[in-house]
Amino acid sequence: MSASIELARTYLRSDKKLPTVWCGGCGLGIIMSAMVRAVAKIGVSKNKVAVVSGIGCTGRMPTYVDFNTLHTTHGRGLAFATGVKLARPELMVIAAMGDGDSLAIGGNHFIHACRRNIDMTAIVANNQIYGMTGGQYSPTTPHGKRGTTAPYGNVEHAFDTVSLAVGAGATFVARTSVYHAREAGNLIEKALRHKGFSVVEIVSNCHTSYGRMNKFASPVAMLEWMRDNSVPVKAAERMEPGELAGKFTRGIIVEKDKPEFIAAYDDLAERMSADPTAVANVRKIIQAYDQMADGLKSRDD
Amino acid sequence: MSERAGTKQVLQGNEACAIGALAAGVNFFGGYPITPSSEIAEVMSQCLPLMGGRFIQMEDEIASIAAIVGASLAGAKAMTATSGPGFSLMQENLGFAAIAEIPCVIVNVQRAGPSTGLPTQPAQADVQQTRWGTHGDHSIIALAPSSVLECFTMTVDCVNLSERFRTPVVLLSDEVVGHMRESVMLPAPGTYQVVHRKSPEHGATDYCPYGECEDGGLQPLAAFGGEHRFHVTGLTHDPRGFPTMVKEEVDAKIRGIVGKIEDCADELACYEEFMLEDADVLLFAYGSTARVAKSSVRQLRDAGVKAGLLRTKTIWPFSDARLSELKDQLKLVVVPEMNLGQLSLEVERALCGAADVRAYGKVDGDLFTPDEITGYTMEAAGL
Repeated sequence: MSASIELARTYLRSDKKLPTVWCGGCGLGIIMSAMVRAVAKIGVSKNKVAVVSGIGCTGRMPTYVDFNTLHTTHGRGLAFATGVKLARPELMVIAAMGDGDSLAIGGNHFIHACRRNIDMTAIVANNQIYGMTGGQYSPTTPHGKRGTTAPYGNVEHAFDTVSLAVGAGATFVARTSVYHAREAGNLIEKALRHKGFSVVEIVSNCHTSYGRMNKFASPVAMLEWMRDNSVPVKAAERMEPGELAGKFTRGIIVEKDKPEFIAAYDDLAERMSADPTAVANVRKIIQAYDQMADGLKSRDD
Repeated sequence: MSERAGTKQVLQGNEACAIGALAAGVNFFGGYPITPSSEIAEVMSQCLPLMGGRFIQMEDEIASIAAIVGASLAGAKAMTATSGPGFSLMQENLGFAAIAEIPCVIVNVQRAGPSTGLPTQPAQADVQQTRWGTHGDHSIIALAPSSVLECFTMTVDCVNLSERFRTPVVLLSDEVVGHMRESVMLPAPGTYQVVHRKSPEHGATDYCPYGECEDGGLQPLAAFGGEHRFHVTGLTHDPRGFPTMVKEEVDAKIRGIVGKIEDCADELACYEEFMLEDADVLLFAYGSTARVAKSSVRQLRDAGVKAGLLRTKTIWPFSDARLSELKDQLKLVVVPEMNLGQLSLEVERALCGAADVRAYGKVDGDLFTPDEITGYTMEAAGL
């Protein structure tokens, strides 16, 4: 049995939920595969992985992977994931999101997740369109490109996911495309190993909706575009800004250390628990503080 | 330190609510500031770190309820607190918790609306929003406290009910009850019931998170991170939790989340009755309004009117049973509410025309005075 078939049998709900709802040739399968390979390489137990999503084509990803999986409401995946992670920090928490899900309806949650630096990984599958609803323009649809709600070309300008994440304070930010499938797996692995909030944007293809309206007849043509219009970060550093017009950089854009939220919270909680003034102030409110604290703490065991 | 428990203290309703949550085992709170509920978040932020729990202030109310549902799914007892505008923002994810059958508690300290309305003034404007605010057929449990002590006891009840029914439960407080201070003696730990989440009956391979137990009850919810890897979705799902469009499965799912609560309406109904025995004029009230109505009953009795009070502590599910028992003795029912008649519709429906039901609404941002309710009732009675 080949290694990839073994991976699929181990990590996908192959007996229950495959095939996927995705169109033939969709990049989301490559992204799901990259995620699974990254988790497998790290070797964490499936029981200790949670994959959370919102709505849309990417939102269906948790259905197919054999982890603790949570398919939530549109745009809210990261907010649900925050609760999962805080309640059970030992879980490796991955939020899988599309561009509309993460940057339009979920944009507020996205920037605040970047700012908080909770140890989770956001995978942003950016296919530049609302695919599931039939091809309406999204916050990453390039200016001038068409969608069913931009029939004469998009008046708006696109978000740069990576710049947004960096600006909002994410401590690990990377980007690649589904053409660079192996790199996608490696970047997700690095993101998962990073202690803090990590964002991996993976430029993907929606030939069905985006392609049909923008002269990308086939998934192959779209993947070739990714090959020809992406520049590794190192190479981009040596290029003039003009040379990069219309292209995207790929690789690790930001990787830095910053105190992780839960570690910082727990450290503060430990110090305050030993602080007589803090304890006395809580006792003033809660007469039965000691019994109730014992009750709460014992449930963790 | 147990000797410290059970002495009198002066507490605010919102503080008592937060303490009640901790007493019931709430170890996760996600919230967003909003008047008049913010004290609940403040007390939780002060206490939870010292008690082994976690607090987080989310970026909005949508995220707050999302976080508590996520935390609950990971095994925590989780709560948030808000007021009208925030409660509106929570509606979509409240529906998610209802269909995904994930226990959580939402405290709504009601203020006058709609929209920003009167942030610091009381109302009971969210009674129907609580019942029907999220889209789609579902049911909800909501309790309304009338005192600081009930802010404690009912929060404990809400947490317990959310665990028992695997559903979101709303504490429908109001600005008066939330900000009122009373001298109370909170019950000591061990003297009130705390429902702990059970482990699933079945092992990982056979686990159906939406299946039935052998006794016909709902399967306990496993926590993410244990051995029961499972799928949770807001799509209609089969007993294993996977999306389904099979008509029979969809129908059973929706009827299931409604029936599990509505079928227990009579059991969940909880009242305070005052001078009801011979009453032919009934004041039907809840929350802070009921405190005023009680004074009005005394005033009406002094004026020779055979008035009584039925204070419902359970708002949803609405039980018709007690009203049906009373209907032959009642001539007039006045339902004073700080809204333009929300629960009065249920009272009218339950009595099926057996008595004259009058909605007495007040929406000027002030609590009723006893004189107002008394005067209205006298006039309605033709006296």
